[in-house]
Amino acid sequence: MDGNILSNAWVEVARLGDIPRLGSRVVATATGDVALFRTGDDSVFALDDHCPHKGGPLSQGIVHGHNVTCPLHNWVIDLSTGEAQAPDIGCVRRTPVRLEGDRILLALRA
Amino acid sequence: MVRPPHHHAAIWTFKRMNMLSPQRQRLVVIGNGMAGMRTVAELLARTPHRYDITVFGAEPHPNYDRIALSSVLAGEKTLDEIVINSRAWYDENNIRLITSDAAVSIDRLARTVTSASGLVAPYDKLLLATGSKPLVPPLPGLTLPGVCTFRDIADVNQMITASETQKRAVVIGGGLLGLEAAWGLKRRGMSVAVVHLMPTLMERQLDVAAGTLLQRDLDERGIAFFTNGQTEEITGTERATGVKLSDGREVPADIVVVAIGIRPNVDLGRACGLEVNRGIVVGDDMATADPSIYAVGECIEHRGQVFGLVLPIWEQAKVCAARLAGDEEACYVTPPLSTKLKITGIDVFSAGALSAAAEEDEELIYQDRKRGTYRKLVLRDNRIVGTVLYGEVKDGPWYFQQMRDGADIEAIRDRLILGEAAASLTGTVDPTAKVKALADSAEICGCNGVCKGTITAAINDLKLTTLDGVRAHTKASASCGSCTPLVEGLLLLTTGVDAKAAGPKPMCKCTSHGHAFVRKAIVAEGMKTIPEVMHRLGWLRPDGCHSCRPALNYYLLCAWPGEYVDDAQSRFVNERNHANIQKDGTYSVIPRMWGGQTNPRELRAIADVADKFGIPEMKVTGGQRIDLLGVKREDLPAVWADLNAAGMVSGHAYGKALRTVKTCVGSTWCRFGTQDSTSMGVALEKMTWGSWHPHKVKLAVSGCPRNCAEATIKDFGVIAVDSGWELHIGGNGGIHLRGTDLLCKVETPDEVLEYCGAFLQLYREEAYYLDRTAPYVERVGLDYVKARVVEDAENRRALHARFLHAQTFAQHDPWAAQNENATFKTLVPAE
Ligand SMILES: Cc1cc2nc3c(=O)[nH]c(=O)nc-3n(C[C@H](O)[C@H](O)[C@H](O)COP(=O)(O)OP(=O)(O)OC[C@H]3O[C@@H](n4cnc5c(N)ncnc54)[C@H](O)[C@@H]3O)c2cc1C
Ligand code: HEM
Ligand code: SF4
Ligand code: FES
Repeated sequence: MDGNILSNAWVEVARLGDIPRLGSRVVATATGDVALFRTGDDSVFALDDHCPHKGGPLSQGIVHGHNVTCPLHNWVIDLSTGEAQAPDIGCVRRTPVRLEGDRILLALRA
Repeated sequence: MVRPPHHHAAIWTFKRMNMLSPQRQRLVVIGNGMAGMRTVAELLARTPHRYDITVFGAEPHPNYDRIALSSVLAGEKTLDEIVINSRAWYDENNIRLITSDAAVSIDRLARTVTSASGLVAPYDKLLLATGSKPLVPPLPGLTLPGVCTFRDIADVNQMITASETQKRAVVIGGGLLGLEAAWGLKRRGMSVAVVHLMPTLMERQLDVAAGTLLQRDLDERGIAFFTNGQTEEITGTERATGVKLSDGREVPADIVVVAIGIRPNVDLGRACGLEVNRGIVVGDDMATADPSIYAVGECIEHRGQVFGLVLPIWEQAKVCAARLAGDEEACYVTPPLSTKLKITGIDVFSAGALSAAAEEDEELIYQDRKRGTYRKLVLRDNRIVGTVLYGEVKDGPWYFQQMRDGADIEAIRDRLILGEAAASLTGTVDPTAKVKALADSAEICGCNGVCKGTITAAINDLKLTTLDGVRAHTKASASCGSCTPLVEGLLLLTTGVDAKAAGPKPMCKCTSHGHAFVRKAIVAEGMKTIPEVMHRLGWLRPDGCHSCRPALNYYLLCAWPGEYVDDAQSRFVNERNHANIQKDGTYSVIPRMWGGQTNPRELRAIADVADKFGIPEMKVTGGQRIDLLGVKREDLPAVWADLNAAGMVSGHAYGKALRTVKTCVGSTWCRFGTQDSTSMGVALEKMTWGSWHPHKVKLAVSGCPRNCAEATIKDFGVIAVDSGWELHIGGNGGIHLRGTDLLCKVETPDEVLEYCGAFLQLYREEAYYLDRTAPYVERVGLDYVKARVVEDAENRRALHARFLHAQTFAQHDPWAAQNENATFKTLVPAE
């Protein structure tokens, strides 16, 4: 589940142009690394950089549609829900993202 | 599509002579569209000589497939590909075609038609086929530049031009037409919003559940929706800047496409006093109130019904042609209709009732949210009266057939919702039954208009046995692939070959095409980018998946050296980061050591790097070099910079690429050595390093048949003998150990280099992604490789030259290039 957005601060972490299309960047936060993804349609998603399977760095996976494939054992994670695609079961924590023009803001947990 | 055959030259001459005869009747057709020309074609098939035919068309084009405009907009077809009747066809059939000249009046007493340019054409029989006009509500701003409809080639050209310079599009209307427009514009790179009056999409063809699924899937593909949206105004002064909805919402846009429906084009009929309601009224004989005037297509009204799909129009054309040919019996009955949405990868099927309307109606519903599929059947008196399918539609035609036949489903009721296979009594469906029942003229491939007879003939004449063969020769199933099961059925029926069992596997779930087909198509059709391949070959998912993208990236890289720009996002992590990812997310870095040779300076530099970056572990690899394990992602560029400074480059130990060339010490030191195997290995590695391949490639050179470098389990192994060098191919270690096959023996080091380059290039050009040389050699056979590389000297030199040419673009140290790459850095929020 997402944290309570009200108690979080929106913090600018990057510009859209900092992330390649179908690519990602890693953001260091107080609660661990967060992977920031940019999809083919320029949507941006933020998930913990930690695969629910064995902790692979999701930021290094291949992005396709609104999914990322983990680089370690090919689990496919749905970026919008954080859930692993069947038959695998698992879920990654999401961080709320907001786009203001080309500024990317994250609701970081204090 | 059923197309009447063209006429032979002999008949043509006969007709020309006949033209002079005064008895021939004159047929004038107004509207050079799908209905009008289908009627003419049907008429010519029945009676080629009865009429002198004149056709007036308001558009500048010969008759084209209006349905395919959606595919043209989406970039899946070109305008040339959608012409149905070329100008040559009109000539061959002695039809006088007048384009860009609308008929403006009909004089029923004098029996003449007058055109905008003033031409007057007398008729004995007149056919109205003026189609329909886009429905446009009386909105403020409608006439602003940037507002268009979706009906003809001019509209599509306008949208394509807009998409090249403009960014945002709004489509008003979430029906079939509007959604296809939205998808086309999206594929052309625009950001697209759809404004729809109703709460769910395509509400006339889909129930709420299916409409909601459709919206979710399109939403996922990046189309925004404003449902319950009543457009009040198109904003802007100079040109359209957006639309304003009655609830106050505003949607900005550079172009606005109005696609809310169509209205029969009845102007001419009304002006000359024919009976007109919503459309020009015709009877079962397709004649209007005036017995010498007929009408077909979207401009008509028959028994209170108007039309918007081609299926009933084909029926009308048949009946009208029969009447014009003198058949007094032919009568038109509207066939039951079904709907399909033409958006690649989105499968929708609907026919008949959408939901239970009366008390005795029942609904059967089956929904699988995870797979995104939904099926609903509406039953009345144990018969299917309606069906809505979403996500998986292969049973659509079968349900539709049951519905048209009025079949009693009592006996299969419990399994009915699971589809044909489950419902058939034996539990299995004869895969050929469906195609067996079709007429030769039945269309199999809608995309390329290929009918059953054409495919069967090609299979027989050209002795085709594979799906790819049929695709290459007939184009059937070569575009969107949805007819693949039917084509496979035809292959099985005609040749007994089960293409599904024998045929190539699709590359992945994103496509029905196999590797071989895609590789060939890339070269043959000159496709140069991943999006282009995906568009033209009908990929089901807009940016593919982790399995097809790396393969396509490699195929393009191999096909267009120096021209194709490598797509980092389509590379597996190791190739993108030029290091091997480990199970804890750290990396291992292996610098190249040519032929396994090293020196104190390199060893010192490696030791310094290990100290400086706190490398937790070092190991000598099986490929005769040193591995630095546990490097952090952020440290990679700095580690490379230090190794580069000492003159070392990436070892590509992570890539589908040339890995190592293992060598023994050879004649320089060894008492058994016959040749300098180390120098040979270094020369091979200098020639081949940096090359990308379908899979990893390992080389080795041993100085004598004792084979200390284990050359006989390598992709290309060299063993020195007294009189020269033995060349071995197709070996590997690993789970399925395979020893090499002997390719040949050569005499000089230069020959070793040439044969090696030639073999590797052959493998690069022909193997499927992720096949190593061993399965490649087994697939094509050793004799084939010998024929291409050993026996055909010219071909060998050409292959070697292509390899060297590709190498001029590949031999750049990726580490040096990546040094400055910011994406390795972790972002730190300012506060
Ligand atoms: C984008 C799009 C997608 C579609 N997709 C599908 C689909 O998937 N399935 C399906 O079944 N149907 C589809 N249709 C509908 C199908 O194309 C029509 O039902 C069919 O074209 C109707 O044929 P018609 O001859 O009546 O009209 P048209 O094909 O429109 O032909 C009428 C012609 O008459 C000309 N004309 C009009 N007035 C005059 C005049 N006074 N003088 C001279 N010429 C005149 C017009 O310029 C036009 O060329 C689609 C339509 C569009 C626009
Ligand atoms: C993802 C899985 C794998 C990883 C990460 C991996 C990694 C490595 C690395 C880093 C080396 C050192 C190579 C060098 O110096 O360049 C190596 C060597 C080797 N690997 Fe793998 N490997 C993998 C899979 C395989 C497989 C599937 C096979 C068998 C087909 C295989 C067979 C070998 C062999 C035989 C060597 C020794 C090379 C030689 O002596 O020439 N490896 N591997
Ligand atoms: S392969 Fe032959 S030449 Fe090379 S080290 Fe072994 S014995 Fe010596
Ligand atoms: S750690 Fe992600 S798939 Fe195994």
